[in-house]
Amino acid sequence: MTKLSQSRPGGLDTSAGASKTAGLWSRSWPLLIGLMVTISLVIASLFIGVYDLNSEGGSEMFWITRVPRTIGLILSGASMAVVGLIMQLMTQNRFVEPSTTGTIEWAGLGLILTYVVVPQPSLTLRMIVAIVFSLIGTLIFFAFLQRVALKSSLVVPIVGLMLGAVVGAVSTFVALQTDMLQSLGIWFAGSFTGVTKGRYELLWIVALMTIIVYFIADRFTVAGLGQEIATSVGLNYRAVVLTGILIVAVVTGVVSVVVGSLPFLGLVVPNIVSMFRGDNLRSNLPWVMLVGIVVITLTDIIGRTIIMPFEIPVSMILGVFGATVFVYLIVKRGRRG
Amino acid sequence: MITLENVTKTYSGETTIGPIDVQIPSGGITSLVGPNGAGKSTVLTMMGRLMSSDTGKITVGGLDVKQSKSIEVAKKLSILRQENHFVTRLTVRQLVGFGRYPHSQGRLTVEDEHHINSSLEFLNLTALQDRYLDELSGGQRQRAYVAMVLAQDTEYVFLDEPLNNLDMSHSVQMMRQLRKAADELGRTVIMVMHDINFASRYSDHILAMNEGQVTHFDTCADTMKSSVLSEIFGTSVRIIDDVDGPLAVYF
Repeated sequence: MTKLSQSRPGGLDTSAGASKTAGLWSRSWPLLIGLMVTISLVIASLFIGVYDLNSEGGSEMFWITRVPRTIGLILSGASMAVVGLIMQLMTQNRFVEPSTTGTIEWAGLGLILTYVVVPQPSLTLRMIVAIVFSLIGTLIFFAFLQRVALKSSLVVPIVGLMLGAVVGAVSTFVALQTDMLQSLGIWFAGSFTGVTKGRYELLWIVALMTIIVYFIADRFTVAGLGQEIATSVGLNYRAVVLTGILIVAVVTGVVSVVVGSLPFLGLVVPNIVSMFRGDNLRSNLPWVMLVGIVVITLTDIIGRTIIMPFEIPVSMILGVFGATVFVYLIVKRGRRG
Repeated sequence: MITLENVTKTYSGETTIGPIDVQIPSGGITSLVGPNGAGKSTVLTMMGRLMSSDTGKITVGGLDVKQSKSIEVAKKLSILRQENHFVTRLTVRQLVGFGRYPHSQGRLTVEDEHHINSSLEFLNLTALQDRYLDELSGGQRQRAYVAMVLAQDTEYVFLDEPLNNLDMSHSVQMMRQLRKAADELGRTVIMVMHDINFASRYSDHILAMNEGQVTHFDTCADTMKSSVLSEIFGTSVRIIDDVDGPLAVYF
């Protein structure tokens, strides 16, 4: 009962038992409402689609596509949002996430190269290569940040976007040379259409990563106070940042292989949560996950329904939504000075 | 006791610091003064193991800061540098709570809560404890960081220009609170100061540096002399005897 997060709205009454339970309730109900909204969206996602579940083979279809797709939405939405927040804390920059640091493009390059070298790569092989390339890309980005010591908040994502553009160009070139431009296009359009039974199971790895984040959340929050303050309170800053980079790479790599690129999710969600609840990672983690799930499920449902019986890739809707929020954040920051 | 033995640091081939050999006694407040670029902040940063020295040995309270585990050092000394550009959205109370990190790794105990409460009270932040850091003024935020450092409950507290961002009345308040921390809580406070008058009024010792060398280390009374100060700062300084003690005048 003495968790840091619990003492916030209660004010001074950290010792009184009665007010503690009352405080617990007042802190829990928003989360309960959030949870209910998320669950109803998830149920909606299960029953929205072209295939009539009441027709013959409906229940098979339900288990082969709808359930895996919805689990895919939950796992990738929650983990990409969490990864975005971790990156923002580690770089101390609100505009950083896997798609503004080149991490996703590196994963893409890894995928293309796998197809070039191995004709029929297995899902596991593609995943491993994507993770390794995400790791290399993220390490390069962090090394660059450290060397140049760019502290200006907008320069950081600009550098990341440029790095990503260069890596993306290399991927396009390789794809062009090997007649794989179309596959590259399909891949970049991250979509849950192909997330079916037998193809989504790797996503449980990102669930594991999110659990790990929960247990070491405080270290990331302390790292978010900056290297000097973190060191002053005895944190091994380097080790924490390396762990963070590894988690980012694994999540980005796995999601890239199974779903494709999901731009701006890691940017939008942590910023929304931060506005209302601040940056304390451990107490905010459920919120970041819930909002991540809500955003991706909503955009996927929109993508599934607006041109029924066809689908718009979720990445396209995320891109439009995310870019709008991105611009809003820049303008807001600019006004604040 | 803080001991520096043959400590040197070279950056980019030009600026060199040291070799420095000095012993700073425990207890009270010691201010590091000197012109810009003298190496005060660097020495403080090395004592707080945020930067490692090229040669030599630094011990704080018997602990070799370079060799010992960082978490052990964090229970012996805390260091606060000037504020950085990025303000995490934590509440004041959450921030001060992270000062307890060396003791509890984030899972706060009843004892931690007690330290947090007294730290907040000590710096008059109780009313602001649930405000986010980015909603505070620069001076309030500075106090919140100092409260965090005090909540760390270390024998040694190192501060790099704690009066930065503070106006006159808040500067006076801050110095009184630090004096109280030294007198009532028994902390040893080492800080980099710009204003020699503030330094001399509230410190016990003055350590002066110039061009990377320690040029003077003495009690305040023996430092506040026209000849000594003129040499330290490289400009002529007069001393006026005020009712509260000597005042340096340098314009």
